[in-house]
Amino acid sequence: MSIITVERKVLEKNDELAAKNRTVFEAHGLFVINLVSSPGSGKTSILEQTLCHLKKRMRVAVIEGDVQTDFDAQRIAKLDVPVVQIVTNGGCHLDAKLIQDALVNLTLDGMDLLIIENVGNLVCPANYDLGEHMKVVVASTTEGDDKPLKYPAMFRNASALLINKIDLLPYVRCTLAELKGNALKINPNLKVFETSCTTGQGIEEWCAWLEQQRTNLIHP
Amino acid sequence: MHELSVAQSIVEIIQQHVPRSEWERVAAVRLKIGAIAGVVPESLEFSFQAITAESTMSHARLEIESIPFRIHCHTCLTTAENEIGVAQCSSCGSTDTNIISGSELDVSEIEIADPEAVRP
Repeated sequence: MSIITVERKVLEKNDELAAKNRTVFEAHGLFVINLVSSPGSGKTSILEQTLCHLKKRMRVAVIEGDVQTDFDAQRIAKLDVPVVQIVTNGGCHLDAKLIQDALVNLTLDGMDLLIIENVGNLVCPANYDLGEHMKVVVASTTEGDDKPLKYPAMFRNASALLINKIDLLPYVRCTLAELKGNALKINPNLKVFETSCTTGQGIEEWCAWLEQQRTNLIHP
Repeated sequence: MHELSVAQSIVEIIQQHVPRSEWERVAAVRLKIGAIAGVVPESLEFSFQAITAESTMSHARLEIESIPFRIHCHTCLTTAENEIGVAQCSSCGSTDTNIISGSELDVSEIEIADPEAVRP
């Protein structure tokens, strides 16, 4: 019997490709966010609202990730924003290779912001670095207030939390203070926004913050 | 269920470290999996077996060392296991902490059996 010492990260290959993606993004002065959440939290609606606000002020592109269908890409294309749909065919997350391949179909020159909408899943996407500058997690009030404690890795790895469907708060079993408290217990540095895509609450504030983050990182 | 793609990455790491002629002698792969790594050991074992069953690596098994979630508190200077994923110190309540362990997802060693051990 012999032992080979390895000491390597299992997802090292993904991390290497993510670093390559990051180099490409930086070469183009492109700010990239990875939007994550469980299915049905309102990621695509948040994205639509965000694009409506930001597309007047900067050039934005989108990569959509879904297990099946290009429904989301169709919604984004209606806003006249360049979009590439990745269909994972059962895969539960996007990885750095899928992003590398998708980038071939986007013109990055002159682009300011790339938003990647990940597959709806609070577990697997947390492990896969895509080369983004930050993850943004969406948690809706209809999901209850305990999700940060149940899925800590996702909330720990995110820079911002959008508490969406805030207008439904009176009708659902979710205590806002509890949800925020749980999220901040996992990640004290999380920037929290309360949003509604129906009333538009919080969208402007979120977009202004996003724009500021881009300025801080790309043109400090 | 990203355990299947994690298992595939483990197979690729074995292939990079072990010469092809010795693949059928791979007896064990030692892994370190942290409490917040987001990987279910049983699912990973199942996935690894599923993709190696009909291959030259069918004798390989996973040996998983579970790594607890530990944080260090900069306020009360304790280092201790904490509720999984929670950054707030359980002793003094401070959030000025950093993670010491728990996010590992590493291959540490590969065990190769002696040639006679796998001969029919």
